Amino acid sequence: MFELLGIPPQAFFGQLLLGLINGAFYALLSLGLAVIFGLLNVINFTHGAQYMMGAFGAWMLLNWAGIPFWVSLVIVPVVVGAFGIVLERVFLKHLYHLDHLYGLLLTFGLALIVEGLYRQQFGSSGQPFVNPIPGGTNLGFMFLPYYRGFIVAFSLAVCLATWFMIERTKLGSYLRAATERPELVQAFGINVPRMITLTYGFGVGLAALAGVLAAPAYQVSPQMGSNLIIIVFAVVVIGGMGSIMGSILTGFGLGVIEGLTKVFYPEASSIVIFVIMAIVLMLKPAGLFGKQK
Amino acid sequence: MNASAPATGTPSAAPRVATAAPAVPTATRGLLLFGAFVAAMLIAPHVGGYPVFLMKLLCFALFACAFNLLIGYVGLLSFGHAMFFGMAAYVSAHGTKFWGWTPEVAILGGAATAAVLGLVTGSLAIRRQGIYFAMVTLALSQMVFFFCLQAPFTGGEDGIQSVPRRAILGVVDTKSDLAMYYFVLAIFVLGFVIIHRTINSPFGQVLKAIRENEPRAISLGYQVDRYKLLAFVLSATLAGVAGATKSLVFQLASLTDVTWQMSGEVVLMTLVGGMGTVFGPVVGAGVIISMQNYLAGLGEWVLVVQGAIFVVVVMLFRRGIVGEIAARLKRG
Repeated sequence: MFELLGIPPQAFFGQLLLGLINGAFYALLSLGLAVIFGLLNVINFTHGAQYMMGAFGAWMLLNWAGIPFWVSLVIVPVVVGAFGIVLERVFLKHLYHLDHLYGLLLTFGLALIVEGLYRQQFGSSGQPFVNPIPGGTNLGFMFLPYYRGFIVAFSLAVCLATWFMIERTKLGSYLRAATERPELVQAFGINVPRMITLTYGFGVGLAALAGVLAAPAYQVSPQMGSNLIIIVFAVVVIGGMGSIMGSILTGFGLGVIEGLTKVFYPEASSIVIFVIMAIVLMLKPAGLFGKQK
Repeated sequence: MNASAPATGTPSAAPRVATAAPAVPTATRGLLLFGAFVAAMLIAPHVGGYPVFLMKLLCFALFACAFNLLIGYVGLLSFGHAMFFGMAAYVSAHGTKFWGWTPEVAILGGAATAAVLGLVTGSLAIRRQGIYFAMVTLALSQMVFFFCLQAPFTGGEDGIQSVPRRAILGVVDTKSDLAMYYFVLAIFVLGFVIIHRTINSPFGQVLKAIRENEPRAISLGYQVDRYKLLAFVLSATLAGVAGATKSLVFQLASLTDVTWQMSGEVVLMTLVGGMGTVFGPVVGAGVIISMQNYLAGLGEWVLVVQGAIFVVVVMLFRRGIVGEIAARLKRG
């Protein structure tokens, strides 16, 4: 089959793996956006900046304090999540009663501030990051670098754990109930404002976790987040934000499609997700997993 | 968007309220103010105004006015208006440099391109409401950005440089900045009058009705999607006029004009000046362009300052400069 298409299997599977890795980041980020949007009704434009903060957090800990990657993978999401909680307490909570657009505008402004500060500090060129699991193995049809395999497996595990927590635990049921009817849940004695704050912190932590994971895979640069977040917005439009599993599937699926486009028609690989978004809007305006209001 | 807005929303905070009562007297007062503004702009270059700066201001003021037509009067937040601005700039620069277009043809060409692009992207984007609309327009404009990055006619990273300034209609020379300035001022006035006519027409009333209560407009028998699409195309076209004009002024069309940052800037200008106010976008463009001028040497801090302005305006005065002044005057 590969000989027929004139594409060596190594290239095909290599791009497939790269697609899965991109998809892992799309899934993690769109998952966080969906969780935040569900409860806060805010599209978190700062998500990309928080992802970038995660990557830089790992970079700074490694290069300035010698703290290894694996420790960062735990610490950084917590720290950046705490930063998110501060943002929610200071700014976002005052906007819930307004039109949703103001949340978008505010988080856009916050994203500009964060990105500007990092650019001022680090310049706009990328910083290299040492691969924590060097080496790889030859699977016969392709070469699998260990770290890339780890990204896919780890992010899949995080996504599924998040899905389990929201759809299958008691805490998750509170969360889903508060998404539907916050006043009613509050009346049952659950502290909804605190839940909102923690949810935002959790979503931001997911973005930072994705950032830490991305640090060894991509160059760490101040604009890595803003470039990615726009694609993730398209992913969210395609999938719709109604379903957690939908976000995960859409993220991975689109990553794979993008990777395969790189094999067969490289010129279109940077726009294929936007083209898919246009097609989905024509055929199923509410998104693949969304509910039409 | 309005249907999904929480019922607890205080009216004074939503963007739509900033418009105040639009009746006839306001329109007349608006025209008088506009006349004063044009008179000031006519003499500005003779009393120390730097023509290139003023032209930049006028181009962005028109861009922001075009954007405001959507957010202020239809309630649609487009986060991708740079695609119309930038594409029109490319087309007008390319036509002028390689096909010998005169300025008026270049601007018409740019506007036509933006109109077609607006028709295509608008018909996709209006299928979703509220923040989804913003995300769709942002994603589509990013697609246009990647297209411009790769397409051969845009000159890639270099852009289209040293675009000649040809004579208007082959007669009126625009080589001097002053002559070009009056041409740009004329275009701005034309664009502004078109917008003013639109929002004070029966068509504009329907747009406002959609902004206030879309389900109700539908139940009254209006084909809401057609109105939204027409407003979107008109806004895109005028943004295109602004972009095409800007490429002629600076003799340059580059990737900067199609980036998401440019889309963000026009949102910022309109927000600072006052969404849904007639003069807000002009004032906002003046504030932001002047600020960029003063902060040009500070590098990345410009981004930080812009972000901080977003935060301050959203948190403290959502009506913008003009909206706040209008509200104070009304209160007495």
